[in-house]
Amino acid sequence: MAKTIPERKGPSALGVDAELARRLLHDMLLIRRFEEKAAEAYALGKVGGFLHLYIGEEAVAVGATSVLRADDYAISAYRDHGHCLAKGADPRRVMAELFGRRDGLSKGKGGSMHLFDRSVNFLGGHAIVGAHLPLATGAAFAIKYEGRDAVVVCYFGDGAVPQGEFHESLNLGALWKLPVIYLCENNRYAMGTSTDRALAQTEIWKFGQTYGIPSEKVDGMDVLAIREVVGRAVARTRRDKTPSLIEAATYRFRGHSMRDPAGAVYRTKEEVEREKQRDPIVMLRERALKAGILTEADVRAIEKDVNDRIDEAVAFADASPEPPDEELFTDIYKED
Amino acid sequence: MAVMTYREALNLALREEMRRDPRVFVMGEEVGLYEGAYKVTQGLLKEFGPARVVDTPIAESGFTGLGIGAAMLGLRPVVEMMTFNFALLALDQIVNSAAKMCYMSGGQYNVPLVIRGPGGPAAQLAAQHSQSMETYFYHVPGLKVVRPTTPMDAKGLLKSAIRDDNPVIFIEAETLYPVKGEVPEDPDFVIPLGQAIVRREGTDVTVIAYMGMMYRSMEAADELAKEGISVELVDPRTLRPMDVDTIIGSVRKTHRVVVVEAGAGFAGMGSEISAFVTEHAFDDLDAPVERVTGANAPMPYARNLEKLKTPSKDKIAAAIRRVCNANGS
Repeated sequence: MAKTIPERKGPSALGVDAELARRLLHDMLLIRRFEEKAAEAYALGKVGGFLHLYIGEEAVAVGATSVLRADDYAISAYRDHGHCLAKGADPRRVMAELFGRRDGLSKGKGGSMHLFDRSVNFLGGHAIVGAHLPLATGAAFAIKYEGRDAVVVCYFGDGAVPQGEFHESLNLGALWKLPVIYLCENNRYAMGTSTDRALAQTEIWKFGQTYGIPSEKVDGMDVLAIREVVGRAVARTRRDKTPSLIEAATYRFRGHSMRDPAGAVYRTKEEVEREKQRDPIVMLRERALKAGILTEADVRAIEKDVNDRIDEAVAFADASPEPPDEELFTDIYKED
Repeated sequence: MAVMTYREALNLALREEMRRDPRVFVMGEEVGLYEGAYKVTQGLLKEFGPARVVDTPIAESGFTGLGIGAAMLGLRPVVEMMTFNFALLALDQIVNSAAKMCYMSGGQYNVPLVIRGPGGPAAQLAAQHSQSMETYFYHVPGLKVVRPTTPMDAKGLLKSAIRDDNPVIFIEAETLYPVKGEVPEDPDFVIPLGQAIVRREGTDVTVIAYMGMMYRSMEAADELAKEGISVELVDPRTLRPMDVDTIIGSVRKTHRVVVVEAGAGFAGMGSEISAFVTEHAFDDLDAPVERVTGANAPMPYARNLEKLKTPSKDKIAAAIRRVCNANGS
């Protein structure tokens, strides 16, 4: 675990300046409010299918993205809203995608689990557990093949770790020294199966040692700790073309999906309530206020801005028409 | 034109495309140092080096997915399956990642990837190494599926597959690697995907076949010519997209159809061809479409049983005679 930063006054206390603190808080809040609205829209029948919320885990995507360059890549699994928004996707187009509308990122043909945004190098949400780890490894292969110094951040859950593709990917990435950071969001449950019921080795970061790559564990609720650990990995990966494995200990406050709203069969209410005390957004806000780098007025301004943007996203998605019938047969193949 | 083997034609196609486009690279088990389990990649490591001729460990799902990810960023990987039977380990990557990427992303990410290697019955390779694997792929929207019968097709179609912006399943055959034929040496020679070819013109019956079954059907056609039956042979070459027009055009001419395939018949290629012939040309038919397929059994090892499993020239000839003697007109 990264060390807790001692609480002093001033920017040096947090290791970030006001501008960065504002951005981190803004980006986490944006994901939180986006998903709260998405859940409401789901209840109203505007969003269909599966909807997996990231609420509680926002620090991971926001902290990791904050140390990336625009030409770096990110790729995710099915719980992908946070990663896609953090990478810079327009919330209006993400919401429209959830609504299955023409102006969605994928014209409404992907949905919640398949968000893609080429304009910000977001390589997609992939909904077969473990299957996107080889894709991330391949993106890193292409970067190395072309002699560039970009990196790929690959987000996945603890549920992907028992899959063969996790191990095939770590082996190939390590063997060929590819610029990919495997970032495991260990929220302790693969759907309803706790890690101790799924993994012979529950310290997931230790699998990195098996493949001889730098690996460490970080408090996934602490956005500044994520920044520090992922930042270190990104610098090393850019410099040495070494993959890294990072295990972020996190927690989802909601159920697995909207069909498991309470998420209470496989974990206790007490556990959920206890973990909610470590809300990553509240923690950053309190620390920034205490250190005096953000004021209450700053926080209110951030909240207002986020709320406005999310309201705008919902209005945009509502106003966007359904994709026309002919879209059924477009994009099956790329034509010349 | 030069005379070369099917294997050499594939090798030449790979060389030409790698010289033409630096984004093209070859990856798979034993493709480099070992020069290919079937020597299709012979000499490539020497000419192009290890960055572009990449030996992988045995991890079909991993390296296929890696190829897909590299293709998303604009490279043009040619992934070799040592035999196509091993592609079952990568089936999820092929079906769920490669085939659907363009659609799921609303056209933002396409996957210019070729997966190639031998498949189908060979010589006593038994149950796990002899399957006609095209069945698993041509059902899937987003994939293209090629089965090249001759050395010329092997070269021209592989070059088109590599230049295609979509994932292409390209299934060769162990038994065809040593077959010789004329092949154009022009590096710009390509055969477009999705075009069938009439390999032999005839008037009495259309026989649709590819790969080893085409060669057996040719032998059957030679034999039947002596009996006064004129057989037209059509090779689809690309199974998805299928050149329906060429096949239907032939059916309208001959009014009788036999489909030959090596794989087990149930829900096979013959089923699909029979269905669209019925849909498009029912009124032209003078006899029911007949299918000659591999037996509905796994591939046995024993030589005699293996022979029984796969359609023979005699079985094909018998089916053609039946169809020609049927009186529907």
